[in-house]
Amino acid sequence: MEAQVLNIFQALPGPLWVWVQPLWPLIWTLLKIVAILAPVVAAVAYLPYFERKVIAYMHVRIGPNRVGPLGLLQPIADALKLVFKEIIVPTKASKALFILGPIMGLAPALVAWAVIPFDTGMVLANIDAGVLYLLAVSSIGVYGIIISGWASNSKYAFIGAMRSAAQMVSYEISMGMALIVVLMVSNSLNLTAIVAAQGKGTFAGMGIGLLSWNWLPLLPMFLVYLISGVAETNRAPFDVVEGESEIVAGHMIEYSGMAFALFFLAEYANMILISAMVSIFFLGGWLSPIGFLPDSVWWLMAKISFILFLFLWFRATFPRYRYDQIMRLGWKVFLPLCFVWIVVVGVWMMSPLNIWK
Amino acid sequence: MGAMKDFVKGLFLTELLQGMVVTGRYFFARKITVQYPDEKTPQGFRFRGLHALRRYPNGEERCISCKLCEAVCPALAITIEGAEREDGSRRTTRYDIDLTKCIFCGFCEEACPVDAIVETRIFEYHGETRGDLYYTKQMLLANGDRYEAQIAADRALDAKYR
Repeated sequence: MEAQVLNIFQALPGPLWVWVQPLWPLIWTLLKIVAILAPVVAAVAYLPYFERKVIAYMHVRIGPNRVGPLGLLQPIADALKLVFKEIIVPTKASKALFILGPIMGLAPALVAWAVIPFDTGMVLANIDAGVLYLLAVSSIGVYGIIISGWASNSKYAFIGAMRSAAQMVSYEISMGMALIVVLMVSNSLNLTAIVAAQGKGTFAGMGIGLLSWNWLPLLPMFLVYLISGVAETNRAPFDVVEGESEIVAGHMIEYSGMAFALFFLAEYANMILISAMVSIFFLGGWLSPIGFLPDSVWWLMAKISFILFLFLWFRATFPRYRYDQIMRLGWKVFLPLCFVWIVVVGVWMMSPLNIWK
Repeated sequence: MGAMKDFVKGLFLTELLQGMVVTGRYFFARKITVQYPDEKTPQGFRFRGLHALRRYPNGEERCISCKLCEAVCPALAITIEGAEREDGSRRTTRYDIDLTKCIFCGFCEEACPVDAIVETRIFEYHGETRGDLYYTKQMLLANGDRYEAQIAADRALDAKYR
């Protein structure tokens, strides 16, 4: 792949290539970043459309259908509207932090894609500490929320930021603990290796790889991770950050225009990221579910889409949790469950019944 | 035993899954949205919309200025002034309905002894200022002339129930 693109650049007229050559590694990396981020951003733009459509269908409604065929131009109309709106900075806001907040919210959600593998070798940075990188980067997202809540100098924003920060920190712990079990069975922190480890096993040998993926042997951890992921992204039924009747729009309340749009994008970018992580850790990444079909990046796309659909499905189905119930679920149910399961899987691996040799 | 059952139910998320089955089924259900300007819901012949003052077939206005509708109107939306006409009959000199006050209860229709004031099926009207929704006698009579066929047909359908 690199050689082919390199050939195009080498065909540049004479002296131009001499100038470009020293910058080649930089250009190649930038090209790869664009190749990853362009589809991600496009997906982020269209996810709200599909969310409205899916939830409408579950409400026996039709959903957006006025802008363009089937309402498909709706995201473009929304984006245009937001771009042309004024960004109002409140008088008493801390201006620099006020602008930094939404950027800090969106950046980690995009940066994390650096280590997400799309296929064997199809990854921007194939680092051995990929899981640690993901955990570290996704924790930074909390700062965006705290900073924006603090800088707005508004009670609602501050309370919303506090709620959201407490919730995200709590659920990050159970996500991390659930990942420990995955690391134990796959014996690696490298995401490519974690996916590869899921392609081995009795069922995979029989041609039904579907049953060899981590979700089945680690079912409780899969559910803990999935539900924590929903809570981590502040999605319904854990969306206490926003609440029209209590704290209006939480930390986003003072934002308008493109600054608000960044929060919006961050939420959906995080959803896609969490879905990608669930697919890679528990649903076998790009591995094909049935033996005779080839492994491909499309399987990863399908799995991400399925998890995203689950996110929307949850939102259409479940009523909101009360805030103390959210905290109870995170600290008193998921965390102990993770600890128990770490021991159970540890014993399992040491016993003759070990299926992850 | 009940606590144990609840624990197992909670652990396996059975009730959450049941809820998701319900919404999942509705995902494929036929959508009931009526896309208003393109599609319309059916109307009954008793629909209470825009008001109209009717005339007799010979062109004489029906209203005899009895002011029963003014008296019955719960929103005080109707204002009537009456006087004797040259031929000695009592007629209104002013008959106004303020549609911003009207609650479309249909009492005026019920109260009218001569079926003069009626409510039509028209509901797609608008005003660009507040005053546009203040209907005077001329406007109401014009409504009556314009929709008389529909009004008469609806009254005929309703006649056997009265």
